[in-house]
Amino acid sequence: MPHHSKLEKYEDNWQTSMGGLLPDGNVLLRGENIFTDLSEDRWMEFLLFAVTGRKDAGLARLIEAIWIICTSYPDPRIWNNRVAALAGTTRSTGVLATAGALAVTEAMIYGARAILGASDFLYRLENRLNENVCLDEIVLGELKQFRNVFGFGRPVLAEDERVKPMMEFAQSRGYGQGKYIKLVFEVDEFFKQSRYKYRVNIAAVTGGLLADEGVKPREFYDMTTLAFTGGYMPCYADAVNKPEGALFPMRTDHIQFNGAAKQRKWNEIFGMG
Amino acid sequence: MSPAISETISTKIWDEKAEPDNPFAAASCHCSGFDVYGDLLNNASYIDYLYLLFKLDPPNQNQSKILEALAIALANLGPRDHAVRAAMNAGVGGSTHASALIAALSVGAGNLGGAREVFYGIEYWQTCGREMDKWHNLIASPPKQARLDVWLPMEHTPGFDPNGVTCPTPVIQTLECLADIDTADHLKWLRDNRTTLESKVGYPLAFSGLAAAAFYQLDFQPEQAEMLFMLLRLPGAAVHALEQEKLGWRKYPFFTKGFKVTE
Repeated sequence: MPHHSKLEKYEDNWQTSMGGLLPDGNVLLRGENIFTDLSEDRWMEFLLFAVTGRKDAGLARLIEAIWIICTSYPDPRIWNNRVAALAGTTRSTGVLATAGALAVTEAMIYGARAILGASDFLYRLENRLNENVCLDEIVLGELKQFRNVFGFGRPVLAEDERVKPMMEFAQSRGYGQGKYIKLVFEVDEFFKQSRYKYRVNIAAVTGGLLADEGVKPREFYDMTTLAFTGGYMPCYADAVNKPEGALFPMRTDHIQFNGAAKQRKWNEIFGMG
Repeated sequence: MSPAISETISTKIWDEKAEPDNPFAAASCHCSGFDVYGDLLNNASYIDYLYLLFKLDPPNQNQSKILEALAIALANLGPRDHAVRAAMNAGVGGSTHASALIAALSVGAGNLGGAREVFYGIEYWQTCGREMDKWHNLIASPPKQARLDVWLPMEHTPGFDPNGVTCPTPVIQTLECLADIDTADHLKWLRDNRTTLESKVGYPLAFSGLAAAAFYQLDFQPEQAEMLFMLLRLPGAAVHALEQEKLGWRKYPFFTKGFKVTE
């Protein structure tokens, strides 16, 4: 008697409550009609609803401000933006520039991994504190286990210039007073008093602000997927408007070879020289 | 006039000397000591050069045979493969050709039949080697993520197909071929112990698991194997995308009747 794959029940059969195009020509998202129920939404409200199912205009505006203030410097030196700028200098397309830069944004030292990690750290920190473990011990344990604490420390610059304007915006809208954002600055204070050079970065601040609104790490990650795109396009456009290949050209002297010093011949290696 | 260069790219892979009249053009390129255009071009095979790029030393004959066979096995997993399907979606819609490869990479990178699975597969080999007891323990108690990561947790034992029934013939054929190569001890062990492992896991060996074994045999690090597993599968993605581009969306499944929105 032959066995059959458990995939058979899914064959030509995808049932979903997420939505899609209906036979009557309407389009649903999470049960709501895009043409009638959602057409007046701001884009960020729509995205928040798509990702989390939540309807919260204030939270959507906060997230929009995070995108603007924290994620989209038009600076081609930043690694994801540089991908977009390189695509411009090589005259690739704008979408390919964005696709490449977007994928690169899932980085450890900045971007999506840092954001997910910072949010996750704050939730785990809160849980451990509730178990009566002290903050110092938790942070030091994190450093020992992972050698970093997501949300603290920053490449290139020591302090994160986005923290102040982001907090000012959040507070102007009535955010920024919750337990998670307070924890963020408590950890920052711990680092300040310690021998470690880490200081709070924007991933922890935004993670804290959104955790206080009940946004879970993976929801924050999903909401952040496109957040950095505002930086890619100006870098791409700028490079397109300059001569081909003009973006930080490199002469051969830019290559610092530090490998096997001896030059070799292939056939000598294989005894045919 | 040459500006003072304070920021450089450090590399053990590549060295260049400039053309006399243009510091931005290379007159010679050396890969780990070999003159690429003056020597390798005439004397090395593509597979050997690929190995050299990753390992910085040429392969021996057996290593070369393993990588060659693996490259053929993985070059096209066919139009039902998730990564190839992704690429074909670019083809049928008239998307850019680069997008077909980007789509194939994005999909073919994952935990199910993808490069991340190969990454974890190598880690399993590094932990267990050829000791069945260790495999049994690891399969029974797989590692858990200590903190959240962009990679979702594995939902099955890496290298095995959770939707499989018995090990597909092409996987067995490839394993037989690889295990026949002299000194391929890990691959011979996998051939001899495949069914034992499968019975412990509960589902059959997949190409990802076979590739992990082969890369481990070649002493590739997990991240090297992850990269190469994606790279070696791109030819199939490319040609199927190009073929579907010619045929168009009307001749490509849209699953018209298979989609149902539940309210």
